[in-house]
Amino acid sequence: MDRKIRVLVAKPGLDGHDRGAKVIARALRDDGMEVIYTGLRQTPEQIVQAAIQEDVDVVALSILSGAHNHLFPRVTELLKEKGAEDVLVIGGGVIPEADYGFLMSKGIAAVFGPGTPTKATIDFIREHVRQK
Amino acid sequence: MRALRGRGGRAHLIGVTGPPGSGKSTLCDKLIAALRKRGARVGVLAVDPSSPFTGGAILGDRLRMQSHATDEGVFIRSLASRGRLGGLSRATQAAARALDAAGYDFVLIETVGVGQSEVDIVKIADTVVLVSVPGLGDDIQVIKAGVMEIGDVFVVNKADRDGADRVVRELRSMLEMAATLRRNAVPASVDTLAGRTSALSAGKSGAAGFGAAKPGAVSGPGMTAPRPAREWSAEELAHHLTENANSVTVANDAELPPILKTVAETGEGVEELVEAVLAHRAGLAAAGLLEARRLEGIRAEMRSLIAFRLLDALEGGEGRAREDALAKAVLAGEEDVYGAAEALFAALSKGGRT
Ligand SMILES: Nc1nc2c(ncn2[C@@H]2O[C@H](COP(=O)(O)OP(=O)(O)O)[C@@H](O)[C@H]2O)c(=O)[nH]1
Ligand SMILES: [Mg+2]
Repeated sequence: MDRKIRVLVAKPGLDGHDRGAKVIARALRDDGMEVIYTGLRQTPEQIVQAAIQEDVDVVALSILSGAHNHLFPRVTELLKEKGAEDVLVIGGGVIPEADYGFLMSKGIAAVFGPGTPTKATIDFIREHVRQK
Repeated sequence: MRALRGRGGRAHLIGVTGPPGSGKSTLCDKLIAALRKRGARVGVLAVDPSSPFTGGAILGDRLRMQSHATDEGVFIRSLASRGRLGGLSRATQAAARALDAAGYDFVLIETVGVGQSEVDIVKIADTVVLVSVPGLGDDIQVIKAGVMEIGDVFVVNKADRDGADRVVRELRSMLEMAATLRRNAVPASVDTLAGRTSALSAGKSGAAGFGAAKPGAVSGPGMTAPRPAREWSAEELAHHLTENANSVTVANDAELPPILKTVAETGEGVEELVEAVLAHRAGLAAAGLLEARRLEGIRAEMRSLIAFRLLDALEGGEGRAREDALAKAVLAGEEDVYGAAEALFAALSKGGRT
């Protein structure tokens, strides 16, 4: 059976907007991926538990609240703790470019700023996901 | 999968099915809580349809069960139903087995019930909860006899809305009609259904009142054909009943599956639902039907695996070419379709694909 790429789209942090997350979720679905959508205000613990139970290839984090430097590394850390460091973690939302380097040093594979065409995200996932 | 053999068969599989938006995921969320309170470990398989065009899917059921996201005793897995036969994909069956093997006491299987998929769920669920809601228009969504019959426990969710009592009444009269029909002059193939309903009453009121369906009575040929050969429409049922008015014994309450009102959003009625599910399980077990039902499920699973194999073989290059050639022969009048199918089947089973 052909295994579809599975992506968890999650919104950590306290901001209440998930329009961007929904746009990317639909784009990934339309590209043939299976997207698990867990909604707003997820803690890193919830995100990682979901990623493991859902056996995803990718975790796509979207954030607007500015807490990315704290929340994103926490996700990669917990994944590692659970032996799931092979999951590709990417980030998006409102993130200053100055923070990209720090996030990538913490295991975030790529950061997509506002206005990135969804195609860029899709291509990145297809290229980097480690097919199980 | 093979490694899992042996441990299986302990988890109670609960199918939760009904139309989109009827509150199945919300109900599952509350069922998880109620079962956890009893100390059980709970697995959930949430099956959503995938896009027929891209095969992609947005799986959002988990969103409603987030309150259990970090509970180690709860395991939620979302699946896209990309199976070719019905809504319940092969992956669901495998996942249910895996959760069972991993020691979960209950496995909830949420599927959107639209036609055939409702019937498919029954193949692996021990107890099927059929969810309906008020306000979906006049002809209630579950009225088709074939769909009604897979329900072991009926739920009218969104009971906070107008019209819930009416849906309950409509369900009730449909179920009464079906049960009355079963009691009177229905072919032997419906034995299983009678057995299932009686098992329910056994669960409800202890072993007493457990009438027609003694264990032996349902282990006959009926078990291999759990569905009536043909579904009866409401009109046919009504007609049949009027025709046989003199000899008809009306079904009594104890023979009907329970119909419960719930408000999934607040959790109202959920305790009763859990009780009804447990009573159904107890009834099945007391009547020795749990195993029979599971055997039937395994048989059905083997059949669908064989069907998949055959379809795969057909779609492979050589099978396809043979199929085309035979179809052309039928069209040209050189062969009839029965002979052609026979020849194709023989070729496929000889093909010995592994
Ligand atoms: N009024 C009311 N709304 C409900 C109830 N249960 C669920 N809902 C709402 O119905 C919508 C669909 O619920 P969901 O659980 O996703 O339905 P599903 O598609 O069957 O899984 C959501 O907005 C729920 O909040 C209920 O008992 N009463
Ligand atoms: Mg749902």
